Amino acid sequence: MMEKLLLYLSRPFVYYALIVGVLIALCSSLIGVTLVLKRFSFIGDGLSHVAFGVMAIAAVLNLTNDMLIVMPGTVLCAILLLRTGQNSRIKGDAAIAMISVSALAFGYLIMNIFSTSSNLSGDVCSTLFGSTSILTLTSTEVWLCIVLSIMVVLIFILFYNKIFAVTFDEDFARASGVKAGLYNLIIAVVTAVIIVLAMNLVGSLLISALVIFPALSAMRLFKSFLSVTVFSVIISILCAFLGMIISILAGTPVGSTIVAADAAVFIICCIAGAVKGGLRR
Amino acid sequence: MSLINVEKLSVGYDGNAVEKDISFRVEGGDYLCIVGENGSGKSTLMKTLLGLIDPLAGKISFGDGLKKNEIGYLPQQTQVQKDFPASVYEVVLSGCQAHFNWRPFYNAQDKKTADMFIEQLGITDLKKRCYRELSGGQQQRVLLARALCATRKLILLDEPVAGLDPKVTEEMYELIKELNDRGTAVIMITHDIAAAIRYADHILHIGDHIFFGSREEYINSDAGSFFLKKQGGDEK
Ligand SMILES: Nc1ncnc2c1ncn2[C@@H]1O[C@H](COP(=O)(O)OP(=O)(O)O)[C@@H](O)[C@H]1O
Ligand SMILES: [Mg+2]
Repeated sequence: MMEKLLLYLSRPFVYYALIVGVLIALCSSLIGVTLVLKRFSFIGDGLSHVAFGVMAIAAVLNLTNDMLIVMPGTVLCAILLLRTGQNSRIKGDAAIAMISVSALAFGYLIMNIFSTSSNLSGDVCSTLFGSTSILTLTSTEVWLCIVLSIMVVLIFILFYNKIFAVTFDEDFARASGVKAGLYNLIIAVVTAVIIVLAMNLVGSLLISALVIFPALSAMRLFKSFLSVTVFSVIISILCAFLGMIISILAGTPVGSTIVAADAAVFIICCIAGAVKGGLRR
Repeated sequence: MSLINVEKLSVGYDGNAVEKDISFRVEGGDYLCIVGENGSGKSTLMKTLLGLIDPLAGKISFGDGLKKNEIGYLPQQTQVQKDFPASVYEVVLSGCQAHFNWRPFYNAQDKKTADMFIEQLGITDLKKRCYRELSGGQQQRVLLARALCATRKLILLDEPVAGLDPKVTEEMYELIKELNDRGTAVIMITHDIAAAIRYADHILHIGDHIFFGSREEYINSDAGSFFLKKQGGDEK
């Protein structure tokens, strides 16, 4: 088994996949804590469906690098969703549900009507669940992913304190001069970027899990914002790494294996949290 | 020049006024209580003062070198969710962001300020604790420390004793009085007219009639005596 692993690791595409996987896991867990606490986790879900719809358009147009249209399209939608979320007329989550389901439906419809591929359901399935795409990354995609991840991490560190303030108590933050609107916008844009990146790893249906699970797990065990953030990053990276190794060895789908690992850790953290709480009492 | 001067202000949501023609002023070191029935627009007025919602009409001017973000604020009910992981220290320190401008991190001065108010409000033992696991009274002290980190000139308190038991309520009032004695101007919304009359030097009553004046003027006014009688009647 070790030999098989070493053999795989000597190939560049596996190498690439591991680097990209770990970076995506890092970014998605960073934003996850904020999304969960702001009750925005649904935005992540909605955006991933939007990204699917845009990707379908890109596939039909036969674009070689679909990132070029998927990224701006999804970022635009993130900003729109944020705007409607603040509008009191349409409830935020209803708007998100509307947009995300329509995007999913239109995406599938477009693919169905215009696709020239002989394996349509295979294509759809891999966009939804990620399947093998992580192993077929070109070096351009790897570099794009590395650059974007570094930007996301830098933005997060630079705005960490502001993000805390805006997440904890938006009214107070605004009253003390923190530009909450600007930071909400940054959060939305960063979320969109991460989701488009993460589609390569786990496909659009499983992204929410990648974003939400590490944060929820860490919240079971830790009580300060900093420790929750740090621990969810650790969980996310470990699960992504383990999930990818297992999927290589056992031949299971990458995305589902990673999410299964995240779910398992969540259950462990729930139990550990309950035990910890029980001991204190 | 006063800290805050409000002239013929109308407040409300989406263009619908909740309360009209409010005028009052707050000088440095004042203690103003805002009283009135539930739903009369007290919280709305406070949010307008803070710039969280736009005034529908009228004018708010800040004077005495008070900048708009130099106001400490204690919200009525924080929308802080039950499961939010944040330590007391993290919460208090976040008040210092009022002085950030574009600086991304806290400096030594900020940490010193936070430590000072944590000590002054008697929550040193709780510094590392999780905010959400504290009692109501402890949480209010933490939020008060955060407000003081934002400013020492003026704090706005929206029903700071709501949901606290009588003993803790008393402690909270004394604490606020102490801050006021040290020179921080206070604007406090309260239901409790008796406390308002005991601690405040000015009273703003909003509702069907708007009244603004000193405590003595309020006791002798129609609105005041009506309200006082009503509260007295409730207690019997
Ligand atoms: N976000 C909001 N949007 C629209 N109307 C609101 C909002 N918040 C409060 N109101 C209405 O404004 C009125 C005044 O509310 P408020 O200022 O909270 O009263 P109180 O004096 O009890 O603090 C109430 O009738 C309330 O229904
Ligand atoms: Mg109120």
